[in-house]
Amino acid sequence: MSTDTKEREPLFSPKNIKLLTNPIHKDNPITAQVLGICSALAVTVKLEPAIVMSISVMVVLAAGNVIISLLRNSIPSRIRIIVQLVVIAALVILVDQVLKAFAYEVSKQLSVFVGLIITNCIIMGRFEAFAMGNKPWPALLDGIGNGIGYGWVLVAVAFFRELFGSGTFFGMTVIPKSVFDFGYVNNGLVILPPMALFAVAAIIWIQRSRDKELIEA
Amino acid sequence: MEEINIFVKSIFIDNMVFAYFLGMCSYLAVSKTVKTSVGLGAAVIFVLIITVPVDYLLDTYILSEGALKWIDPEYANVDLSFLSFIMFIAIIASMVQLVEMIVEKFSPSLYASLGIFLPLIAVNCAILGGSLFMQQREFTSIGQATAFGLGSGIGWFLAIVAIAAIREKIRYSNVPPALRGLGITFIITGLMAIAFMTFMGIKI
Repeated sequence: MSTDTKEREPLFSPKNIKLLTNPIHKDNPITAQVLGICSALAVTVKLEPAIVMSISVMVVLAAGNVIISLLRNSIPSRIRIIVQLVVIAALVILVDQVLKAFAYEVSKQLSVFVGLIITNCIIMGRFEAFAMGNKPWPALLDGIGNGIGYGWVLVAVAFFRELFGSGTFFGMTVIPKSVFDFGYVNNGLVILPPMALFAVAAIIWIQRSRDKELIEA
Repeated sequence: MEEINIFVKSIFIDNMVFAYFLGMCSYLAVSKTVKTSVGLGAAVIFVLIITVPVDYLLDTYILSEGALKWIDPEYANVDLSFLSFIMFIAIIASMVQLVEMIVEKFSPSLYASLGIFLPLIAVNCAILGGSLFMQQREFTSIGQATAFGLGSGIGWFLAIVAIAAIREKIRYSNVPPALRGLGITFIITGLMAIAFMTFMGIKI
């Protein structure tokens, strides 16, 4: 029995912790792997939809990673894309129905972007790159890690867009009225789609200036 | 007339890339040269113009609430719309497969030039997005749905060819190291999106 313990590593071994923390910075799905940009940009006008979206993606990614990882030895490689799509679509339908039932307003704001989680490249990318070749527990950690990595970029972009675009934080006005009296106005451009691109570019710029390894040749 | 309005609107005002950021992943990954981006853009138009009308028929006659009435009046209360995600993606995946086989059989030269892009399109969010927007905007005829599919495809084609042309030139510029590649592409796309916003409000 003692041979067994050799290959069983502790649940939170350094290697597994790395799976969780790497995607937050070095391997960030948005700024380094360039996956899942579409939905990231479109839902970041306000904080609330951005947070709901991040949680939805994290749930689908973590659950999907575990399911694919459990099935990985029984999926014929020729039809694996279809199998992966069916797993993702089923999970997304669940998420969509839950959102419609418990957070109808937010699900209206997110409109088609909940459905578009199906074709979110992060999910397919992680299935292909990680879940198809790893055990369920590391796959779960990888899913959660990438979900967090995706989420913090979304929340950061949404925070600045909501603050400067509408002067609010979670729908509460935070910029005092006296500032407006001095002639401060909300920046209308920040709410418009182009500004999301600039905000993500700024995050990439800051991240890459601090960490020279990420710079593209 | 409504068809033309939808067509023009979906190219310029509701542009898939600049207004909704759909298909961004392949837009960023495949826009390094004009030649490959023309291939991918053409493939997207091709697939959108088939999948949007097919998904329209599927939605109108099978999935939406009361759509099954044409079989028997007693099905008038059946609402299958929660199945639409999985049905749409199945249609898209099988259409892409079908288109790939047809193109391979009848036009090997086009098949060779599209190369690996055709299968990749199945997971391009612009395609699924096209079908979901079609469902959300409640078009009233298949003509409108087709016009929307064609217009969205052309809009996406325009966007990727334009960014590829700019990226080919920007290789000779002195971009700050940390912005090279991804960062500068984002900023250019943002500027292009601002330019496209000038079309807002056009109505034919």
